[in-house]
Amino acid sequence: MDDKSIVCRCSDLSVKDIRDLIAQGYTTFDEIKRISRVGMGPCQGRTCTQLVLRELSIATGRPLAELMPGTYRPPVKAIKLKAICECAQGGEAHD
Amino acid sequence: MIRTADVVIIGGGISGCAIAYNLCKKGVKRVAVIEKGYISSGATGRCGAGIRQQWGTEMNCKISKLSCEFFESAQEELQYEGDIEFKQGGYLIVSSTMKEHEQFKKNVELQNRLGIQSKLLNLEEAKEIVPYLNTDGLISAAFHQKDGHLNPFHATQAFANAAKRLGAEIYTFTEVTGILVENGKIKGVQTSKGDISTNIVVNAAGGYSQLIGNMVGLDLPVYSERHQILVTEPVEPMLDPMVMSFSLNLYCQQVPHGSIIMGRGDEGEPRDLRITSGWHFLEEMAKTITKLLPPLENVRLLRQWAGLYNMSPDRQPIYGSVDEVEGFYLAIGYSGHGFMFGPATGLLMAETILGEETTLPIDMLHINRFKKGELIFEPSVV
Repeated sequence: MDDKSIVCRCSDLSVKDIRDLIAQGYTTFDEIKRISRVGMGPCQGRTCTQLVLRELSIATGRPLAELMPGTYRPPVKAIKLKAICECAQGGEAHD
Repeated sequence: MIRTADVVIIGGGISGCAIAYNLCKKGVKRVAVIEKGYISSGATGRCGAGIRQQWGTEMNCKISKLSCEFFESAQEELQYEGDIEFKQGGYLIVSSTMKEHEQFKKNVELQNRLGIQSKLLNLEEAKEIVPYLNTDGLISAAFHQKDGHLNPFHATQAFANAAKRLGAEIYTFTEVTGILVENGKIKGVQTSKGDISTNIVVNAAGGYSQLIGNMVGLDLPVYSERHQILVTEPVEPMLDPMVMSFSLNLYCQQVPHGSIIMGRGDEGEPRDLRITSGWHFLEEMAKTITKLLPPLENVRLLRQWAGLYNMSPDRQPIYGSVDEVEGFYLAIGYSGHGFMFGPATGLLMAETILGEETTLPIDMLHINRFKKGELIFEPSVV
């Protein structure tokens, strides 16, 4: 990937942005996430996590299998607050 | 890892990093911060990150005012290359019971006396600030424009980077495993990466402060409880201030990149160190916030998480030394407002440790207040 390739479409971060953060000493996915918002957007890390981990692996020399991808948090899919209210009040679940 | 330090601070949240920065700025040469995760991995990075000066006790008003004034120039003072994203959109706090309305009157009077320009609003005035506000069941609102929000990761990193430039050593992914005490005096700290000799240890461990207290044989009068929070997808700007209610037990704000962050307390929370997410919070949060701000019905929830409040008996921080162990200092018990008090914590604790006269009189926040029964209860907490 070249420097300009987009890693995070939600927060508009390029490969260079991620590499710069790693160079500044942010060497775990969680640290990069919190400082840059990578993985915090609507995709919830589905697109970017593996790309960031790969950059981390290259930069630190640690195998991918050893790198933590951060905590996967609920919900699995973005959902309107209205749908949660309706379920809470005993209504029909939405499709 | 360094072998000896003048001060070892346990905890790399806003408190620990701000204390380190202030100590270094005052010329202390060897300051070490020990953090078991990464910077702001605990309560700091999990909090709502609102800052307000609308409090019900004089101490909390003064501490928050000092902190807010620091945040206004933090970017420059800390020479941070990133953006701490400070936004002063105000806090609109709504009342829904007469008791609460009466408390607001007292609070605003106290705040105004201390130079905080808050005001009591009727519901029409509140709707001018938040047009979407559903005022059914509400009585009044209190508003202060200089309250606001900032990015907790960047704010804490700004303190950490500034402290490092001034010579502090910050050890992340390093866990304190023991504290050496001889003849009632602090002698050193044991960590997962080695031992450091020191005469001064600061407990700034947030939700884990009791565990650190136990390491020197103290049973600190604080406990931790989970508070949950959620964030929505980014949407167009629709909410200038933080909207908050003590009786509805919630807060909600839109951060600069568009996401809306909201949280609430749950009186049934057990006193432990869990930070898992629960469905009960999600349902209660969704029901209460969409009643208060109906357009949020159509906003999508992205993610929920939780962090620990470290609760003190009177919901005010515990600052200062302890009688039992010489050289052991506490900066704990924020009861959910440790982030917004961070700058004051840093300054006041550094002054206390160095034996200087403190910028604010914080004797009344010493742990001995609980032995003497001199509690001043903070009424305004979510």
